[in-house]
Amino acid sequence: MLGVPTLVVGALVWFPTVASIVLSFTNWDGIGGVGTAKWVGTQNYREIATIYPPFWPAVEHNAIWLAFLAFVATPFGLFLAYQLDKEIRGSRIYQSIFYLPVVLSFAIIGFIWQLVYSPTQGLINNIFEDPAHGNITDWLGNPKLNLWAVLVAVGWRHVGYVMVLYLAGLKAIDPSLREAAAIDGAGEWHAFRTVVFPALKPINIVIVVVTVIEALRAFDIVYIINRGRNGLELLSVLVTDNIIGEASRIGYGSSIAVILIVISIIPIVVFVWNSFQGEAV
Amino acid sequence: MTSAAVAARTRAATRRRSLRLPRVGLHVFLFVCALLWLAPVAWAVFTSFRPYADTAEHGYVSLPHTLSLVNYRNAWTQGQIPLHFWNSMIITIPAIVLILLFASSVAFVVARFSFWFNVPLLIFFMAANLLPQQVIITPLYELYLRIHLPGWMTGGSGLVYDSFLGLIAINVAFQTGFCTFVLSNYMKTIPKSLGEAARVDGAGIVRQFFGIILPLCKPALAALATLEFTWIYNDFLWAVVLMSSGDKRPITSSLTNLQGTFFTDNNLISAASVLVALPTILVFLALQRQFISGLTLGANKG
Repeated sequence: MLGVPTLVVGALVWFPTVASIVLSFTNWDGIGGVGTAKWVGTQNYREIATIYPPFWPAVEHNAIWLAFLAFVATPFGLFLAYQLDKEIRGSRIYQSIFYLPVVLSFAIIGFIWQLVYSPTQGLINNIFEDPAHGNITDWLGNPKLNLWAVLVAVGWRHVGYVMVLYLAGLKAIDPSLREAAAIDGAGEWHAFRTVVFPALKPINIVIVVVTVIEALRAFDIVYIINRGRNGLELLSVLVTDNIIGEASRIGYGSSIAVILIVISIIPIVVFVWNSFQGEAV
Repeated sequence: MTSAAVAARTRAATRRRSLRLPRVGLHVFLFVCALLWLAPVAWAVFTSFRPYADTAEHGYVSLPHTLSLVNYRNAWTQGQIPLHFWNSMIITIPAIVLILLFASSVAFVVARFSFWFNVPLLIFFMAANLLPQQVIITPLYELYLRIHLPGWMTGGSGLVYDSFLGLIAINVAFQTGFCTFVLSNYMKTIPKSLGEAARVDGAGIVRQFFGIILPLCKPALAALATLEFTWIYNDFLWAVVLMSSGDKRPITSSLTNLQGTFFTDNNLISAASVLVALPTILVFLALQRQFISGLTLGANKG
């Protein structure tokens, strides 16, 4: 009962993970057998940091991506969850509406928002600008703007995700805690800060993990919009470019994969630690 | 009426008003947010019903002069929606069955026996689901190009690369961890005495698993099946990298076929997007409770 699942996960997830680490120290081109690979030490890492132009922009974009999800979308999701947790008419309908984008794939989200942002045919430019007279903003084409435009679309989805998780957390809070705070005369903000938010700690950890992982995984939406170029470079795109794209350097792709491992290890350990501490299974 | 009573009444009235005013504000705020949230989807649906000629003549933000299903008909045929939808099912359904079977057996063993390796085993499965896909994609791609299997298993090519089998396998490997985690937490809430009673009655491990534990896990299994359907159906990366034949791609990744190199027909794209999104939206509307309970089962410990 354990053998087959362990074998499948080991062979298709953990073996490739280790292989990524090993390959990142070689110059393998992927064409000959693995035997033709030569050990080159940290050369790939030095090269991506110095002579691989899209690398630093990608790092910056992933960092902005994470910051936006963590400091804009997540607090907004928590805010909505907190408001919808009150007994408010139509709460269920609002919840369904805010949650709707979460069931859509990032690929579909990319298509839908392309329609919204389209320079001449899009919703935004047609309402706020005058495309007929050439007065347009190219939201997705302008490398100074497009990352932010994409982040609005990504946040549109993330808010609903965060909201549902927090709603479950808020429901689990003992009502007497809040009553006690109300009797003590605590204002709403004060009660939230000192009573409700600390009680949400287990959910907060899940949210942090989900947010970091989502920011590292981001790929589909920029790939749909412009294959992740011209202002939308991401680490995930660079990895993929090195196998199916124009550049084909297995070593570069693997080195970037290792950087992703190193970053994602932190939330994974936090999550695992949180799930299993003090546990005697 | 004494002045004290008047004061008390005004105080009560102010409190009521001050309670109601923020409530109204909150409703207005939520209503506006909900409209903003729906706008992109509504816009896609609106565009999808307008023939290209209509939008070209009158502009996109205009009252429609004709509404028709012509974009849907074109998406259906040009985008080969039925074929790609079928491909998605060939991948999604077996994957869900295998994921739930694998995850529930591992969870059962962990919940039923106290081996020293229970916690490491759960971490082995769960952490696999948390890695970013790009961490494994390069070696996986090279691996898939090098594993040869009989043609009947891979659909002719003899390689795992570009086969349904390959996509099913990676989806199973990647998603089993999440379900194992949820199910092991769920099974811990089932009293051990149930299994013991069955053992006394002479039921073997397999009987206990299929006869007692699995039926009790039905709510969790339903929730997970709903979530996994959406996730695997929505997968883009695995199919784009590991499936090279355009006509074998599942539906979400096949959408890229509709993007023209020089000219993209937005009306057509919007119809195709609506069609592709429809199954997940329907599943969500019909099984909302399972959907959300699945997510929160994963987020809440035990």
